Amino acid sequence: MTTTTLAVLVPLLPFLGAVAGLLLGRTAPGFVRPLAVLPTLTALVLAALVAARQGGDAAVDAATELTPTGSVPIELALHIDGFAALVAVLVGLVASCVQIYSTGYLRDDPRYPSYAALVSLFTSAMLLVVYSGDLIVLLVGWEVMGICSYFLVGHYWETPEARAASLKAFLVTKLGDVPFLIGLFALATDAGSFRITRVLGAVASGSLDHPTLIALLLLAGVAGKSAQFPLHTWLPDAMAGPTPVSALIHAATMVAAGVYFIARLLPLFEASQAAMVVLAVMAAVTMAGSALAALAQDDIKRVLAYSTIGQLGYMSGALAVGDRGAAVFHLLSHGAFKALLFLAAGVIIHAAGTNSLAAMSRMRNLRDRIPDAYWTMTVALLALAAIPPFSGFFSKEAVLGVAEHVVTGHTEHAPAAAGWIVLVAGLVTAVLTAAYAMRLWLLAFRGRGAEAPDHGRQPLTMTVVLWVLAVPSLALGGFAFRLLPDWFDGRDLSPTLTTSVLGTGVALVGGIVTYAAWRHTTALTARVPLGAVAAHPEGDAAQVEAEAIATHEPAYGDIAYAPDPADPGRLLLGPLHRHAAAGFHLDALYRTLFVRPVQAGASLVRFLDREVVETYVRGAGALPRWLGTAVRRAQTGNVQTYVSALLAGTVVLAVAVVLVATGA
Amino acid sequence: MHLAYPAVLSALLFCTGLYGVLARRNAILVLMSVELMLNAVNLNLVAFDVWLSKTAEETLHSGQALTLFTIAIAAAEIGIGLAIVLAVHRNRGTADIDKLRDTSERHDPDGPDSDALAAEQSGEAQKAEATA
Repeated sequence: MTTTTLAVLVPLLPFLGAVAGLLLGRTAPGFVRPLAVLPTLTALVLAALVAARQGGDAAVDAATELTPTGSVPIELALHIDGFAALVAVLVGLVASCVQIYSTGYLRDDPRYPSYAALVSLFTSAMLLVVYSGDLIVLLVGWEVMGICSYFLVGHYWETPEARAASLKAFLVTKLGDVPFLIGLFALATDAGSFRITRVLGAVASGSLDHPTLIALLLLAGVAGKSAQFPLHTWLPDAMAGPTPVSALIHAATMVAAGVYFIARLLPLFEASQAAMVVLAVMAAVTMAGSALAALAQDDIKRVLAYSTIGQLGYMSGALAVGDRGAAVFHLLSHGAFKALLFLAAGVIIHAAGTNSLAAMSRMRNLRDRIPDAYWTMTVALLALAAIPPFSGFFSKEAVLGVAEHVVTGHTEHAPAAAGWIVLVAGLVTAVLTAAYAMRLWLLAFRGRGAEAPDHGRQPLTMTVVLWVLAVPSLALGGFAFRLLPDWFDGRDLSPTLTTSVLGTGVALVGGIVTYAAWRHTTALTARVPLGAVAAHPEGDAAQVEAEAIATHEPAYGDIAYAPDPADPGRLLLGPLHRHAAAGFHLDALYRTLFVRPVQAGASLVRFLDREVVETYVRGAGALPRWLGTAVRRAQTGNVQTYVSALLAGTVVLAVAVVLVATGA
Repeated sequence: MHLAYPAVLSALLFCTGLYGVLARRNAILVLMSVELMLNAVNLNLVAFDVWLSKTAEETLHSGQALTLFTIAIAAAEIGIGLAIVLAVHRNRGTADIDKLRDTSERHDPDGPDSDALAAEQSGEAQKAEATA
């Protein structure tokens, strides 16, 4: 088979798996699990084959136009360069792991068939986005991912949190997608084509009339999809979905699509200095704010969600200083270790019967119950905190290194201001990242108090996957930073001495300070017993998680916050803790700015419809009703009266005819 | 025979029938009056047919054909009419047209009008629920 055929099969197979899963879900439940896992696994193998054949050489391009569509043609096009090939392998790997994990995680879930089909559909859409060489085809995958995310976040639709979160995720990302669509049209009008290669050609020849406007419009869509400030608020709430979904969609792949999109069209963004500075500021605010918020969250998955936002901020920062190689490198390593973190968090939630860190810190020996999750999560947290031999270190150093490169004056692509912003924010975030990773690890695994509940061994499907993902988290960075430049733009990705020492130093400081704070506060643990534990801890993992999410708010009064004096984050953040836990009140602000006016407008429209329009409608009916009442009085029921009226009418008509005929 | 004689006779017959239809109370007598009116028409048809065939050399005799047609229809009509009257008499014990007023627009609460009103109101209620 040619590389093109293989590449077409990669998104097609999960799509067919999804269709078959939806059709056979009810009639043949035995086929559901193979139909979920096998197409995704095959897609992974094929994606790896495509990557091996492409090998970082010249990009594979293929296009076919199905039908003429008017002014600017839309083609089914592939554009596989080194970025696309490697990101597709990552997507396939994480999707396969998640599908295997889900067979254990949603073992007894009645809605597993539709869930698995939606995950397959999502995988197919993401692979389409990765391989697509035409912006409209890319947009199709982009929107299919959005709707899959909506359905999967709302998987536990019995709980009001999940319903609200799915709506919020959908609406907020759509808020970014509208300018994105307009930006795509403007871009195609300027460049005369939706093909990525031709668009980049137009950018290179400088024939774009409005690069800043287009770049800013596209940036809005990217901010929505990749959960960057100010459209990031949907991602922490999206943790109401099942954990494997969080791992696949809201950590490793879909949220990375925005970053990947900028990486594909980076020359377009580089054509506008303003857009690059906006991107840098966006990335800096996102990084620092989300890391502070992560330090204050009580729900283990919300910590990871804010951490995802922050790591995506690193990728945007790398793009803002004009190095897509570093951005995609961080995307790859982050995809592996963040998927691992989420899947391990799913195991922890299942074993502990709660998603609250405050409750976990009051359980002794949780790590002995789940040794696989303990060890793999430790690896992933070290990678997240960018401690040297782990993969996160190399990719994060690549980002910081390129920012430093720009700061020191090698500014062929990016403004120096962007370099400073990214470098400073990146270092601040590195401290905070190490701090919240340490806090998560200490609270989850070093708890003291009652013995952790024993629910027996975790399903094998759930633990094996953790080790599979631990390998790239541990080793990807060290091996890849020498090989990846061949696949990417050829720029060096090896860590520089200054940023390595600085980055690792601040990370160690963050970790040590958190440990000291924890030593200080942990004595308070015994004093306050806390709730928020699932009602059926022996159920399957998905049920435990749904119950844990539902009990968090009744137990603590808030979905993100727990009044826990033993929390080191509370000591470290001081008065900032309350605001950080609420995500710096951005939700409340949006509520005042957007939700309230919309609701007021809706009630005004309701009033106009009910009271004003309806009055006219009723008034229009009044006259015929009165006429009808008058005519009804003639209805006596006496046949002879009717005949008399008939006769009278006939006589009148006859007389009239006679008069007319005689001309009188 | 001059055309005026049958014409006057048929007019008289028709008026008699009309009076019977408008004034008689018994349904059977009303039906008989209808027959009188029909036969007045038949008489007219035949008379004018003869007159036309004389003056205009019309040879089709469509008036006579139509008369036969009317007679057949009238026979069927009186059969059905009498059957209805019999059925009504069996059910109600009377064939008095003045007392058979079921189709009237009544004003008592359980009449058809109030039913229609209630249906309209419930329809409005359902609409209000649907929009609420």
